[in-house]
Amino acid sequence: MSEPYVPILFMLGLGFAFAALSVFTSLVVGPKRYNRAKLEAYECGIQPSPQAAGGGRIPIKYYLTAMLFIVFDIESVFLYPFAVAFNKLGLFALVEMVLFILTVFVAYAYVWRRGGLDWD
Amino acid sequence: MTAVAPAAFQQSNVDYVAILPMLIVASAALVGVLVEAFAPRRRRHVIQVSLAVVGLLAAFAAVVWVAVDPNKVGHKGLTMGFTDGTTNHSVFALAIDGPALFMQGSIVLMGVLGILTMAERFGGVGPDAFTPSGASTPGSASESAAARAGALTSEVFPLTMFAIFGMMIFPTTNDLIGMFVALEVLSLPLYILSGLARRRRLLSQEASLKYFLLGAFSSAFFLFGTALLYGYAGSVYFGDLSKAVATGPLAMNGLLLPGAFLVFVGLLFKVGAVPFHAWTPDVYQGAPTPVTGFMAACTKAAAFGAILRLAYVGLDTARWEWTNAVVIVAILTMVVGSVLSVTQTDMKRLLAYSSIAHAGFILVGVLAFDRKGVGAVLFYLVAYGFSTIAAFGIVSLVRQNGGEATHLSQWAGLGKRYPLTAGAFAFLMLAFAGIPLTSGFVSKFGVFSAAIGTGGATGTTLAVIGVVCSAITVFVYARVIVLMFFSDAPDDAVEVVTPSMATTFSIAIGTLITLALGVLPSSLLDLADRASQFVR
Repeated sequence: MSEPYVPILFMLGLGFAFAALSVFTSLVVGPKRYNRAKLEAYECGIQPSPQAAGGGRIPIKYYLTAMLFIVFDIESVFLYPFAVAFNKLGLFALVEMVLFILTVFVAYAYVWRRGGLDWD
Repeated sequence: MTAVAPAAFQQSNVDYVAILPMLIVASAALVGVLVEAFAPRRRRHVIQVSLAVVGLLAAFAAVVWVAVDPNKVGHKGLTMGFTDGTTNHSVFALAIDGPALFMQGSIVLMGVLGILTMAERFGGVGPDAFTPSGASTPGSASESAAARAGALTSEVFPLTMFAIFGMMIFPTTNDLIGMFVALEVLSLPLYILSGLARRRRLLSQEASLKYFLLGAFSSAFFLFGTALLYGYAGSVYFGDLSKAVATGPLAMNGLLLPGAFLVFVGLLFKVGAVPFHAWTPDVYQGAPTPVTGFMAACTKAAAFGAILRLAYVGLDTARWEWTNAVVIVAILTMVVGSVLSVTQTDMKRLLAYSSIAHAGFILVGVLAFDRKGVGAVLFYLVAYGFSTIAAFGIVSLVRQNGGEATHLSQWAGLGKRYPLTAGAFAFLMLAFAGIPLTSGFVSKFGVFSAAIGTGGATGTTLAVIGVVCSAITVFVYARVIVLMFFSDAPDDAVEVVTPSMATTFSIAIGTLITLALGVLPSSLLDLADRASQFVR
């Protein structure tokens, strides 16, 4: 058993324990008030029918949302290591990071102006 | 097991002047996205086209500025160092050398012509070749409803700019990961652009899907090859790779050959070399014609730039391992491209097979393994690129009932009714065939003589096969010319629509450069020769 992996194993155990505890707690103490929407197969609101409403077309809104998520996902993927190593990286990395976020915001501005954030 | 100390971070050293051309194109693309978001709808087309053209011309000026500065050429544009405590190792990710600058300059100029042909509106609201809504037929009620709802096609210009940005990095990058990123940056916009045709939409969307799926496969091959080469050399940088091969067998010797092959598959796919050519005819036929012209010229140039760098800098010391495979690919490409072009009945497919054959001829120059070969390849790419943009520009003008008439039989008798257009097209056909006084002759002469000069017996064999295949393609092009000038027009004759100044300009420039490089090639040959030295 090598030393550096002990914290990782501990973290893994902690993660499992947290998930199990959360599920168990909500089972025990959570309120159970059922209604029709709650009992549907997909709680997100899509009707589980062979034919979607409006002639077989599936709305692509979810797809757009998922794509938008990637914009911010990638941003945070780079922001985390940057934040951790901020002290060592210095001004150069700060400027680079600002440029990177500005670039991501170009995509965000495009989506906002072209109606990608409107649900209807 | 002991923990490995992380390599100390050392700030990367960026020479912003040396990478200025790429920065300009990338910023123009980003500003284009903002224009799409904020500019009033009616002005967007004009703003986007002028932004793209001005950005590309500024990038060209920057390329020239970097190229005339002797301190910048042979420069390592983006260098990084890292240390493991004992040694200090420095690598560079972008090589600003002759071939890179030459490719960047020519891609940018061909990009200008490509943008101008894409901007053709024929008096409409948006670009004529692109659809604002992929589900509606041209002129239908649903198309105008989509236009009223704000669906525009001016996004094609930022997309093209992003593609050009990727194409500029592709021949410049000096490591496998950078090359992969550039490959994706140039490919993703092209996948979208090829699915946007306004007429024959289904063909276009099918082409886009095919291109995307096959392109994704080839990218995966490239990435897998990168992993294997990294396993072999312990580095993705071309300099380290070359050194690792030269210093003798390592523990992971078996990884070199599969890695090199897989990386080559990814690159040869992009140039449409046989047996990785299956997408070419379908995509060239399905994509909007201006996009096809842009793709044929610029993607080919960028991908061959990358192949040159990989073959001459990264895997040069391992050349004996992989040359034979690429020789076979070159022979197959020339033979299949020229033989299958004989049977084509669609003009765009014919030009696609012709572009496959040309890829084979260019590979012959690559396989010369000599500075002369590099210069010849660079010249060939420029000459072929300008001719092919002009040729596809003319294809987009020959129409029947509003749509393009691409079947060969529809071109019968075109020369009698539209002598100027047909004459220009015939001239471009002669250039593709490699007849003297056209740029095609000079470029073919360049690659074949380089192959005979330094390629040894293999080079001579390749050159002989190349000449035979050129002779086959002469038949194809001559048949088109005969069809245009010596046969009678059918009753439902096609017409040549009158394009805007921009399209006329790009067709005229493409044709004139084809002529100029055929009559007075020495200045560009000289430039290509001086630009043929790679930095290591």
